[in-house]
Amino acid sequence: MFAFTRAQAIAFAVMVALILVAPTVLYPVFLMKVLCFALFACAFNLLIGYVGLLSFGHAAFFGMGSYIAAWTAKNWGLSSELAILAGGGVGAILGVVTGWLAIRRQGIYFAMITLALSQMVYFFCVEASFTGGEDGIQQVPRSPLFGVIPMQSDMSLYWLVAVVFLAGFLLIHRIIHSPFGQVLKAIRENEPRATSLGYRTDTYKLVAFVLSAALAGVAGATKSQVFGIATLTDVHWSMSGEVVLMTLLGGIGTVFGPVLGALVFGSLETYLAQFGDWVTVTQGAIFVACVLAFRRGLIGELAGRLGLTL
Amino acid sequence: MRLSRRTLLAATAAAAAQPAFRARAQDAGTIRIGVLNDQSGPYRDTGGLTSVICCKQAVSEFAAQGFKVDVIMADHQNKPDVGAGIARQWYDRDGVDMILDVPTSSVGLAVGAVAKEKNKAYINVGAATTDLTGKQCAPCIVHWSYDTYMLAKSTGGATVRSGGTSWYFVTADYVFGHQLQRDATHFVEAAGGKVLGSSAYPFPGTSDFSSFLLQAQASGAKVLGLCNAGADTVNSIKQAKEFGVNMRLAAMLMFITDVNALGLQTAQGLTLTESFYWDLNDRTRAFTNRVRPKTPNNWPNMIHAGCYAATLHFLKAVQALGVAEAKRSGTAIVERMKAMPTNDDCFGKAHIREDGLLIVPSYLFQVKTPAESHGKWDYYKTLSVTPADQAWRPLAEGGCYFVKS
Amino acid sequence: MVTIFGKPLILLYGQLTLGLINGAFYALLSLGLAVIFGLLNIINFTHGALFMLGAFTTWALLNYAGIGYWPSLILAPIIIGALGLVIERVLIKRIAGLDHLYGLLLTFGLSLIIEGLMRNRFGSSGVPYEIPSVLQGATNLGFMVLPRYRAWVVVAAVVMCFFTWLLIEKTRLGATLRAATENAPLVQAFGVNVPRLVTLTYGGGVALAAFAGVLAAPMNSVNPNMGSNLIVVVFAVVVIGGMGSILGSILTGFGLGIIEGLTKVYYPEGSATVIFVVMALVLLLRPAGLFGRAT
Repeated sequence: MFAFTRAQAIAFAVMVALILVAPTVLYPVFLMKVLCFALFACAFNLLIGYVGLLSFGHAAFFGMGSYIAAWTAKNWGLSSELAILAGGGVGAILGVVTGWLAIRRQGIYFAMITLALSQMVYFFCVEASFTGGEDGIQQVPRSPLFGVIPMQSDMSLYWLVAVVFLAGFLLIHRIIHSPFGQVLKAIRENEPRATSLGYRTDTYKLVAFVLSAALAGVAGATKSQVFGIATLTDVHWSMSGEVVLMTLLGGIGTVFGPVLGALVFGSLETYLAQFGDWVTVTQGAIFVACVLAFRRGLIGELAGRLGLTL
Repeated sequence: MRLSRRTLLAATAAAAAQPAFRARAQDAGTIRIGVLNDQSGPYRDTGGLTSVICCKQAVSEFAAQGFKVDVIMADHQNKPDVGAGIARQWYDRDGVDMILDVPTSSVGLAVGAVAKEKNKAYINVGAATTDLTGKQCAPCIVHWSYDTYMLAKSTGGATVRSGGTSWYFVTADYVFGHQLQRDATHFVEAAGGKVLGSSAYPFPGTSDFSSFLLQAQASGAKVLGLCNAGADTVNSIKQAKEFGVNMRLAAMLMFITDVNALGLQTAQGLTLTESFYWDLNDRTRAFTNRVRPKTPNNWPNMIHAGCYAATLHFLKAVQALGVAEAKRSGTAIVERMKAMPTNDDCFGKAHIREDGLLIVPSYLFQVKTPAESHGKWDYYKTLSVTPADQAWRPLAEGGCYFVKS
Repeated sequence: MVTIFGKPLILLYGQLTLGLINGAFYALLSLGLAVIFGLLNIINFTHGALFMLGAFTTWALLNYAGIGYWPSLILAPIIIGALGLVIERVLIKRIAGLDHLYGLLLTFGLSLIIEGLMRNRFGSSGVPYEIPSVLQGATNLGFMVLPRYRAWVVVAAVVMCFFTWLLIEKTRLGATLRAATENAPLVQAFGVNVPRLVTLTYGGGVALAAFAGVLAAPMNSVNPNMGSNLIVVVFAVVVIGGMGSILGSILTGFGLGIIEGLTKVYYPEGSATVIFVVMALVLLLRPAGLFGRAT
């Protein structure tokens, strides 16, 4: 039903196995962060990899998802699944507005409109009182799942995050391989031709944009549940840049690339921290190396060498 | 393909897991301190590596008996989620018993929430927010060196008393800036002064302040209060000089490291508040002489001194309480820290209040003119001292939940 | 007192002047960015870092070699321009013709490296630089006190912008350059060494950034982060002006400086965001920017 190729099916099995085994080796909170970033990158990849639209404003959806989930969980006591859904919902609503405006333009101008709109969202978050400004929304409780299953321990939350990630991942894969996804790819390859075949390309693009934004919102909402905070970092334009980096690092337009990219990126951010002032230099060097040496991304290069689709 | 992918992931995983394994190998007789601050961004000089050096200085001077002390560090990149993530991992997996420094209020508060949840000791030195000992306080948190209330009271109150009766604020548009402005307004008005206006500018991302300086000038106020920090303060002062703004400049938060960046030519005459200055007395000079060889280009400010003094006091408390108990409960060790009076070369004799705040005097300094300065980093002269019992927010006003009123 | 929307007119004059000064800065920086984008098709995110290096070079020339402000005004752009030549030859050349994204990422990574190294060496709080003695002091214009140095900055920026425009629009070299922008293989076929032209253009664009850096040194804090704050704004100026349009980026630079200046009076909190509001509006109404040609 998910139209995996053989290689993809194996890779998927490996990924699921790793998700199951990883928390015994690695720190669960770190893994949860990686899974949130991975879902975010997959959502972003849906746009750039399959519709060919480079959004430079995805932080707006991620960040607002994070704020809304944190706020509703803290002030209304929403259970975690509802808080996450609320985050996704806000992502979708913002996606409708941004997408409706942005899809009128192409290429770099599309990227710039999304950047401009996300900067306005950032400004809103700085000024609005409910976000707590620079301090953010702090001490968000890890609310129980369905209002009954406690989520206090890292491991129980980890399984929830893993399920959310896998659901999002499979949903994206399903979308890409549906007839709808085929039209998206046709638009990416040749938009005038798709139009001449009678497809309302704008509608398709908008729907893809909204889906991507909604999933980004879910990712942000999940992250706020993990850390118990929602702050301006998540809506800042550098977050939009980071998701581009993750996707590119793993491989644009590959199914597993964004996941690996998020893992590498998250590891860099967390484990380079102990090297103090060399963090940014090392990050910079990796990006430069990535562009010069393996432009198709880690998974993209790997798949290319092996002649597989991953 | 399967193998390569797995190898790749396993390699990444192994690399990532290393610190965790290392930590687990530690024995129970080691106290581990984690210095968490900004080492690559704008607050690198006010905290950064010099904080780590000062912490290690305290460890080497203390010469712990019966237990080992180990200091690790990390860069929180001014991101609350990165800071909170590292704090969780340190407490949960890497055997860290106390986290130190943590500048930037948003990160400082996020780490505070983690410390509270895990019941682990947390000594904040670098963040300015009063919430750490107020609304978001916890029995395992200590706040050292300064906060917005203390800065506002010293700089705000004293300036009004010396004739600076009307004010205009230029404020960074985020929580820290507004808190500082709110507290400063309170003290200016309490001392009989007036606030004629204010401009909030976008933070971060503003490097030109001339527009706000002009508005301040037009208001006719006598004093320009700068409710910002770091490069913003430096830029505001530089440009105020350039535009010939003939108001008294009161930097609400400024460190000696910033004065050094400005140069005395520009900074002279400025008033600011710190709770430590290297040239205050014999003890502070002795301390500075000991650490200076290790950090020749960045002399200690009140954050660095706080990291030293806090570490020293923490270790004394560990010694008194016993390592096993100190490792078990952050609240226990912090309660012991509160029960013992502090005594160190930087802040002299003092004590930590029930809500976790260190009670020391605050000093209003004026920056010397180039002619008055007789050596490297000879920058301040003392204008006035606010005694310890008046310098800080009264215990009852903080709203800390475990303080019995 | 005459007021407009509740603000005294006299204050507005001052703000307009300040806006113009900032605009001169934006114009100078975005000019370099636009020149580079025009020929190389690269969004040079390193621009902010190179601007910062320009300011630091000025400081270093004074402190290590005793060379003052005026010689630095020429020396620093040459030094940083030379560095730009190296960057183009070693790195940027390798990604010629690829999607914008790669250029953006490469130059972004590069600026992380440069800024990180500078922070390691010089710390984050910055170094002091005094205004040259001739330009110290200020003139009272009646509605505001105008520091002489700021007046000089506007003059220097306008002159620099004018000459760059002249060079590109009115000289043979400029004509070749514009031709290469339109159709590189054809120009190459005429016997022009296009790769060298590209390298020199990058060096020139970077030298403009360094020139702005020298101008900024006495009035802003010279610190390793000084460029990263500006780059997004300058980038927006280029987009609004029309990517690659020389005149567009100059005029938009000044225009946005003024709009930003006025916002600082009426709604200071929004002064960083107003540029993005303008950018969104312009792109929705005029897809190729104010002065760009639709492609």
